[in-house]
Amino acid sequence: MRLALARRGPRAGRGLKPSAGWLGLGWLLALPAGLPIVIVLLHFGGAEPGVLAHLNGQVLPRVLGNTLWLVAGVAIGAGLLGTAAAWLVAVYDFPGRGLFAWALLLPMAVPGYVMAFVAIGLLDYAGPVQSALRAWLGPQAGLPPIRSYGGVVLVMSLVLYPYVYLIARNAFATQGRRALEVGASLGLGAFASFRKVALPLARPWIAGGVLLVAMETLADFGTVSAFNYDTFTTAIYQSWFGLFSLGGAMHLAAMLVAIVALLVLAEQALRGRARYNVGRSPQPLKRLRLRGGAALCACAALSLLLIVAFVLPVAQLAFWAVGELGELSMPRLTEAAGNTVMLAAAAALLIVVLAGLLGFARRMQGGFAMRLSTRLATLGYALPGPVLAVGIFTPLAGLSAWAGAGLNWSLSLQTTLFALLLAYAGRFLTVAHAPVEANLQRITRAMEEASTSLGIGGWRMFGRVHLPLLRGGLAAGATLVFVDVMKEMPITLMMRPYGWDTLAVRIYEFTAEGRWEQAALPAVLLVITGFLPVALLTLRGEK
Amino acid sequence: MNAHLLTARAALLAAATVLGPLVMTGCSAPEDESVLTVYSSRQPHLIEPLFDKYRAETGVQVRYVNDEAGALLHRLEAEGESTAGDLFLTVDAGNLWQAAESGYLQPVESDVLERNIPDHLQDPDNRWFGLSVRARTIVYSTERVSPDDLSTYEALAGEAWRNRLCLRTSKKVYNQSLVAMMIHQHGEPATEEVVRGWVRNLAAPPFANDVAVMDAIKAGQCDVGIVNSYYFGRMQKDDPDVPLALFWANQDSEGVHVNVSGGGVIAASDNPAAAKALLEWLSGDEAQSLFASLDLEYPANPELMAHPIVEAWGDFKPNPINVSKAGALQTEAVKLMERAGYR
Repeated sequence: MRLALARRGPRAGRGLKPSAGWLGLGWLLALPAGLPIVIVLLHFGGAEPGVLAHLNGQVLPRVLGNTLWLVAGVAIGAGLLGTAAAWLVAVYDFPGRGLFAWALLLPMAVPGYVMAFVAIGLLDYAGPVQSALRAWLGPQAGLPPIRSYGGVVLVMSLVLYPYVYLIARNAFATQGRRALEVGASLGLGAFASFRKVALPLARPWIAGGVLLVAMETLADFGTVSAFNYDTFTTAIYQSWFGLFSLGGAMHLAAMLVAIVALLVLAEQALRGRARYNVGRSPQPLKRLRLRGGAALCACAALSLLLIVAFVLPVAQLAFWAVGELGELSMPRLTEAAGNTVMLAAAAALLIVVLAGLLGFARRMQGGFAMRLSTRLATLGYALPGPVLAVGIFTPLAGLSAWAGAGLNWSLSLQTTLFALLLAYAGRFLTVAHAPVEANLQRITRAMEEASTSLGIGGWRMFGRVHLPLLRGGLAAGATLVFVDVMKEMPITLMMRPYGWDTLAVRIYEFTAEGRWEQAALPAVLLVITGFLPVALLTLRGEK
Repeated sequence: MNAHLLTARAALLAAATVLGPLVMTGCSAPEDESVLTVYSSRQPHLIEPLFDKYRAETGVQVRYVNDEAGALLHRLEAEGESTAGDLFLTVDAGNLWQAAESGYLQPVESDVLERNIPDHLQDPDNRWFGLSVRARTIVYSTERVSPDDLSTYEALAGEAWRNRLCLRTSKKVYNQSLVAMMIHQHGEPATEEVVRGWVRNLAAPPFANDVAVMDAIKAGQCDVGIVNSYYFGRMQKDDPDVPLALFWANQDSEGVHVNVSGGGVIAASDNPAAAKALLEWLSGDEAQSLFASLDLEYPANPELMAHPIVEAWGDFKPNPINVSKAGALQTEAVKLMERAGYR
């Protein structure tokens, strides 16, 4: 929709009067992410001098390089895997395609920190794979070390590629066939059509997915710390918990925010000012049937991806979990599973509504101030969870303390469901916003003008025109948010009300002290919970 | 329809969406006076049995919040006087020292605590008390290393251990405390030399935890490491024949580096008397034995026996310097390890 506005003249939105109300709404929605970001930015350079000198001199140069290098690797890895898988599934037909179409989303339900401890447990020197290799082939035999740059990139690419896959698949599904036809009319083969026609057409969607992956990578703590790979987030933790300097942590976080802002600008520049116009009713897609070797290759490649990214890790988890079944208190786990579903569902619902409102407000009201509020609202995704939690927790705790002292109320706003959902909204609004915005782009100005000419404008138009056309994007956004909230650890740890322990909290309790086997059972439950929204999304798509 | 009216409605809807959950949950923050609230960074399966027992004995209900120590400290800071927390429980003297220095804990005058907890395991100003003790010492492969070759932490920096040492990441507070104690004893330059030597001797990049260090030694990737005693105990409990053993480091000098888990009464507690009573109970014989044996640690009270697995390792000379010294120097230790390339 950003694209639509780039071309929109001042008169284009007749009947959609820009007003301060929309702008106010935009800023209200930007508050959960904007408040922490502003608090963080105010702390730039605000740490104790000794800490600041140490961070800038010793820590920053190293983690800056590490972080950028990691983001580049994961963006490429997840981007390639996601785009290739989406193209195969969306455009071709081959044995197992129907299964792959939804199963390829499943690795999304495996948290990065879980994938990391499984990969390291299996593949490190002391793990079963390398031990078996040494037993067969002698003490020199082995694999390249998993606890390395390549290992982190591999693990993060495997759990994050579904973000690109989900978004790119929708793009290819609507355009892919046409791209092939256009390519054929130009005398291009299937791959050349993909490269020269379909890929450039799908670029905004792929870039959006890759941006999500990059932000998730920037904010990740669990995966990189399992690999002891130092990034901004590990340095932020170290400054806060090791140097006891929250100011230093905020100083680093401020720089992280700057990097994210650059990334977002880069993505926008990549999109250019182009406007993509998709026909209103694309022909029902007929997929190209692959035969023989080609079908086998497609099937084998996707099977390999699915096995490595999902089947093997879940099998290992299940194996560990079975060994621990007798040791763990099941009621504690089922209660946590219930909490997880409730929280994730509530957050998904709330956040897609907010994302829809934000997208619509942005469409109704152009201009710099509105663009800024949208950007702010969607930057929260790249803030490390604890930093965002601090940014919301602190003002709410201050408000409660003030109410407690001044009005003699006994409040603790900071640990209510309200605060927790607010923090989730700050963190995950982008995730819902991306697919919603992609869908909004397909609602043409002409459709809005037709609506207003029939006397259906503004808010009513949103309900009658936009909402029905947004359903796909809203569903995709809700799925992504559900899965993300379910896996979320640091915000949940800090802000959950009493009795709201989630499966991620249970996993933390064990992994904090290196008890992988015990962590496996809640991890398996978490993955099973993640099936839920993926299945719903699939059923919806099959209709 | 009027555009302003419509936007007003949209704003109202947004506000309702955001504020709805507040109405449901926010105003009903439970504040029951008979419930004691513990802010804890200890694992639930270690403290829950104790709280259940306490409730059975005294009728006082204990609820707890568990999170990282650093996050709990920030929580205390942000909540100030309005905090619901009464008692703070955590691991590591550095965290306890930080809590006390920041003013989140209040001094407790108690004959019971003074009698049960030795001086070097409590805050000199009585703001926190150690409740269990863990030794951080050398673990070695019984197949490839003779205990005669081992002596001190510092000696692991020597040529003889090139490519034979495995360590956990320097980001873990246990290593920060160990290095902080070395700074206290040897000064920064000498300590930095030792840490650089360790880094030179590493057979693999630092691991995420002590369990992985022991797995690597077992698999033959390296021969020695430094771990907390209870991790080794846990491994021995699962596999009594594991070809690893603990070596008590620095017995001819300062003694083994010990650290504590412990707790203190939160300064802004609404119920400091009840919090003090729980802390005293935790220092008592019954709770101490349970606390220590659940996690294979040593009771803070030296009169009490540890778990048989732990007792079988034999006696050792602990470093008698007050553990709070490590807290005061933790920041320096973190910076030093960063400089020395210990990740």
